[in-house]
Amino acid sequence: MSTLHTVNKSPFQNQTLISCLGHAKPGDSVLLLEDGVYGAMSGNAMSEVVAGMGANVKLFVLGSDVTARGIDAGRVAEGITSVNYEEFVGMAASCDRVQNWL
Amino acid sequence: MKFGIVVSEGPYTHQASDSAYNFVKAALATGHEVSRVFFYHDGVNVGTRLSIPPQDDRQIQEQWSALAKEHELDLVICIAAAQRRGLLDQNEADRQGKDANNIAEGFRISGLGQLIEMGIQADRTITFGD
Amino acid sequence: MSDVKKFLYVNRKAPYGTIYAQEALEVVLIGAAFDQDVSLAFLDDGVFQLTKGQDTKDAGLKNFSPTFRALGDYEVTKLYVEQESLDERGLTLDDLQDIQYEDEDDDYNEKPSIIVVSRAQMADVMADQDVVLSF
Repeated sequence: MSTLHTVNKSPFQNQTLISCLGHAKPGDSVLLLEDGVYGAMSGNAMSEVVAGMGANVKLFVLGSDVTARGIDAGRVAEGITSVNYEEFVGMAASCDRVQNWL
Repeated sequence: MKFGIVVSEGPYTHQASDSAYNFVKAALATGHEVSRVFFYHDGVNVGTRLSIPPQDDRQIQEQWSALAKEHELDLVICIAAAQRRGLLDQNEADRQGKDANNIAEGFRISGLGQLIEMGIQADRTITFGD
Repeated sequence: MSDVKKFLYVNRKAPYGTIYAQEALEVVLIGAAFDQDVSLAFLDDGVFQLTKGQDTKDAGLKNFSPTFRALGDYEVTKLYVEQESLDERGLTLDDLQDIQYEDEDDDYNEKPSIIVVSRAQMADVMADQDVVLSF
């Protein structure tokens, strides 16, 4: 039993990613998409917080939104897997429910 | 899997309708069913046929109308949210005494019950919003 | 006959600055007719939606807060409110409306609909749902 969480806002814009990670259960998946992809970057003021709070979940980032924003793939933090839409669909199917943090 | 999709923001201002569109296309391409796409809050504005986006940009309403036609998708615009924001079909325009309607092809206006029904009938419900 | 599903309506935003709180309630009211197992979650700024004494006259906005008190009549009786979200915002249960329902299994005694839960308990509530609608 696991949840696919999605977050679409930068952790610098609001607390949504922090709240999501604070409620996700071990083994859940968290997908960062749209402006949420900034939360997947290494080397910024939120990177360690995200890594720490995300230690018990599987973190993913939507590749097309990373590329759109000119973020080099090498700047996606270690442990965060880049996925495409078809994989996003697959994750939504294989988790038990989807919770979109808006 | 049967997916129910909610789009709760309007075109261009938020990426929500684009993300939803891409998700729906990928779901259909990988053999899943999309039972309904429900437009709520400002999402109802995706369904206006009067938008004239710049030619060098994606045509959001047209994309949805075309996808709906190709895959027989059920695109539902919430009547309460639509009334608030001035999105009408001919029936609503007549009923409410308005001098025009603006709904795009492939969309239909219906009640919030369609959202709940979608949640009940789909295997997964996904919301694209703010 | 459809199965009964657990629906959770997640509210994380303050009222009035945006329409999400009000239009979320409209979904809840319509949804009540479908006899599903409905819960509402109030966390982060969503806890502000439930405060007492909202007076919108001078702001020229519609005061939709009385609608929360009517939820019991629609058999929506589980309003989970997150303790940490209250604490962070300097609120206590006393700052919130008194929302009750009549328990038809207990002589129609009035009971509180608001259930204050910890963040960890809220996470468990969320993980228990079939359909999560966020606004």
